[in-house]
Amino acid sequence: MAHQFDFEKPIMGLIQKISDLQKFSAEKGIDLSQEIATLEKKVVYLRTEIYGRLEPWQKVQIARHPERPNFYDYVPLLFEDFIELKGDRLFADDRSVAGGIALFHGTVVTVIAQVKGKGTKENIKRNFGMPHPEGYRKAVRLMDQAEKFGRPILTFIDTPGAACDLAAEERGQGDAIARCLQAMAGYHVPVICTVIGEGGSGGALAFGVGNVILMLENSFYSVIAPESCASILWKDTTKAKEAAAALKFTAQDLLRLGVADEIVREPQGGAHNNLHQTAEELSQVIAKYLVRLREETPEALRDKRYEKLRAIGAYEEKVVN
Amino acid sequence: MFKDIFRKTKYVTIQASPIQKHSPSEGVEPVTIRKKELPDGLWVKCPKCGEVLFTKNLDENARVCTACEYHFRISARARLGILVDENSFEEWDSEMLTQDPIEFPGYNDKLLVAQEKSGMLEGVLTGRAKIEGVPVVLAFNEADFMMGSMGSVVGEKIVRAIELAIELRLPMVIFSTSGGARMQEGILSLYQMAKTSAALGRLAEHHLLYISVLTDPTFGGVTASYASLGDIQIAEPNALIGFTGPRVIKQTMKQELPKGAQTAEFNQEHGLIDLIVGRAQMRSALARLLLYHQEGAKYGASV
Repeated sequence: MAHQFDFEKPIMGLIQKISDLQKFSAEKGIDLSQEIATLEKKVVYLRTEIYGRLEPWQKVQIARHPERPNFYDYVPLLFEDFIELKGDRLFADDRSVAGGIALFHGTVVTVIAQVKGKGTKENIKRNFGMPHPEGYRKAVRLMDQAEKFGRPILTFIDTPGAACDLAAEERGQGDAIARCLQAMAGYHVPVICTVIGEGGSGGALAFGVGNVILMLENSFYSVIAPESCASILWKDTTKAKEAAAALKFTAQDLLRLGVADEIVREPQGGAHNNLHQTAEELSQVIAKYLVRLREETPEALRDKRYEKLRAIGAYEEKVVN
Repeated sequence: MFKDIFRKTKYVTIQASPIQKHSPSEGVEPVTIRKKELPDGLWVKCPKCGEVLFTKNLDENARVCTACEYHFRISARARLGILVDENSFEEWDSEMLTQDPIEFPGYNDKLLVAQEKSGMLEGVLTGRAKIEGVPVVLAFNEADFMMGSMGSVVGEKIVRAIELAIELRLPMVIFSTSGGARMQEGILSLYQMAKTSAALGRLAEHHLLYISVLTDPTFGGVTASYASLGDIQIAEPNALIGFTGPRVIKQTMKQELPKGAQTAEFNQEHGLIDLIVGRAQMRSALARLLLYHQEGAKYGASV
C-alpha cells in the first residue's frame, strides 16, 4: 500500500488484520477460515460503504492521488498509435501540455492534454501540470490543424490551474486562454473533452469547450481551488473540506448542473486501482459519443456546441418587489 | 431548471429612471456620481502623488487626480455618463437576477449588499448608445458589485449584447473591471468565460469590430476571456491588469513582482495592449476608431 487516505484506514486496518490472522493460522496450524471469511465480507461491505459515498473533499484527494493515471498512462491503452507534436512556434514547448495525432478506434484524431508529473522530478519538468501561455498556444496550433484536416478533437483535462507566475503574466496568460476558448468554440469538427483528474479553473476550462464534456467518476472541475476558496471565504486554507462541499464541483454535481454529459465509471477506490479498467471504460464512452458526433454536419457541430455553452447559467428576468 | 427551487424573495428596489448625461465638453458629471462611491470621505489622498483631493472635485474630473492624472476607479454609470452622446443610451436586460444556483454560503446576503452598494441589480451594465454620433453596443462592468465578478447574469447579459450587436450590425465596446469569475456560482461562472468568448467569435465572423477597454482592475476569468479578445485592446493609465492577482502570485509562487508589474504600461510593454488612453481622451479615441471601422470605410472609401 503505497499511499492511503485517512478515510481508507478502516479498510486497510481490516486487510492487515486478515493477513495477520492468515499468518497466525498458518504458523500455529489453527483453522481460522471462518473468522477470515467474516472479515473479508466486512471488507467488501466497508469498501462499498466508503467508496460508494465519497464526500467532495475525498474525491479531491483521489483526483490528486500521486499515483492517479495521467494522460501518458492512458495513451497506449486508448490509442492504436500516437505521434506527439511539440511547440507553439513562438516561444517554447510547454511540457505540461501534450498534443499530437492519434488513432482512436481506427479514426485519426487530434489529441491535446494537460499532464501532471509523477514524482517531484517529473512534476518540476511539467510544472505540476500548470500550463504557461505557450502550452495553450501549442494546443490552439494543433487544434487548428484538426479543423484544417477535418479530424475530431479529444482533450484531456488534468491541471490544478494555469501557471500563475510572472512569466505567465509577461507572456499573456489571459490572452492565451481566451484564444483557446474562442478557437474551440469555432471548430467544425467533433470536440470531446474529458476531465480525467483535476479540473482547476480557467486553466482547465481552456480545454473544456466541447460538444461533449465527460468526467471520470472521481474527478472534479471547479471555478477555484478549494484551498483558495477557503482562504477567501474564511481566511483559512485548512477549511478546504468545507469549501469543497460548497463549490459543487464533483462529476455528479456537474451532471446535475448541465455541464457534464456523462460520468465515466472508475474502479472502486479510484482510477489508480485499475488503470486498464478505467481506460477501457473511457475508451468505450468516448467512442460512443464520437460515433454520434460524426453523423452531424460541420455546421451543426459548431452550432450545437455554441447552444450547449449558451444554455449554461442560472438567472431570472422579472424583478419581484 | 432551478427557477422554482432557488427563487429568491427578497430584493432591493432600484428605480429605473434614465441616467442623466452630460457631454464631456462640460467636463462635469455631478448627477451620475452616487454618493456611495466614497462613503464617508470628503477628501481622498491620491495613492500616486499624495495630493489630497476634495472628493467633489475628483468626481467632477471623472475621478482622475487633478494633480498627476492618476485614474481612480469609476462606477459603470458615471463612465457611461462621460462617454456617450446625451440621451442616446438604451439599457438592455436591466432586470436580470441570479438564482444562487449552487446555494453557496452567504451568497444571497452578499448580493443584497452589492446591490445596495452599487445601485445595480448585477455586475454589468449593457445597452446601445452613440459616441459622437456613431452607434455602438456597450457593456460596463461595475466594480462596486462584487468587484465586477462574472456569474451567470454578467455572462448572459454580455452574450446577449454581443448577439444583438450582430443582429443590428453594430460594433461592440466592453469596459472590463473585474476580479474574475464569480466563485459563488461555481462551474456556471467558469463557463461564462467560454460563453462570452464564443459569442465574440461569432461577432468576429460577421466582420464587426470589438474594442476591449481594460480598466482597473481586470483579472482572472475576465482577463482570460472577453477582455483579451479585442480587435483593439485599450487600457486606462495605471490600471492593474493580469491573470493571477499579485497577492496570489506572491503567496503561491513565493515570487516578488517587480515594481510596476501588471500595470497597463507593463502590459503594453509586453505586447498585450495596443493603446493606453486617459479617461478624458477616451470618448474621442473611441469615436475615431469606431468611425474608421464603419462599413462604408471598407475598400478605401473616404470616411
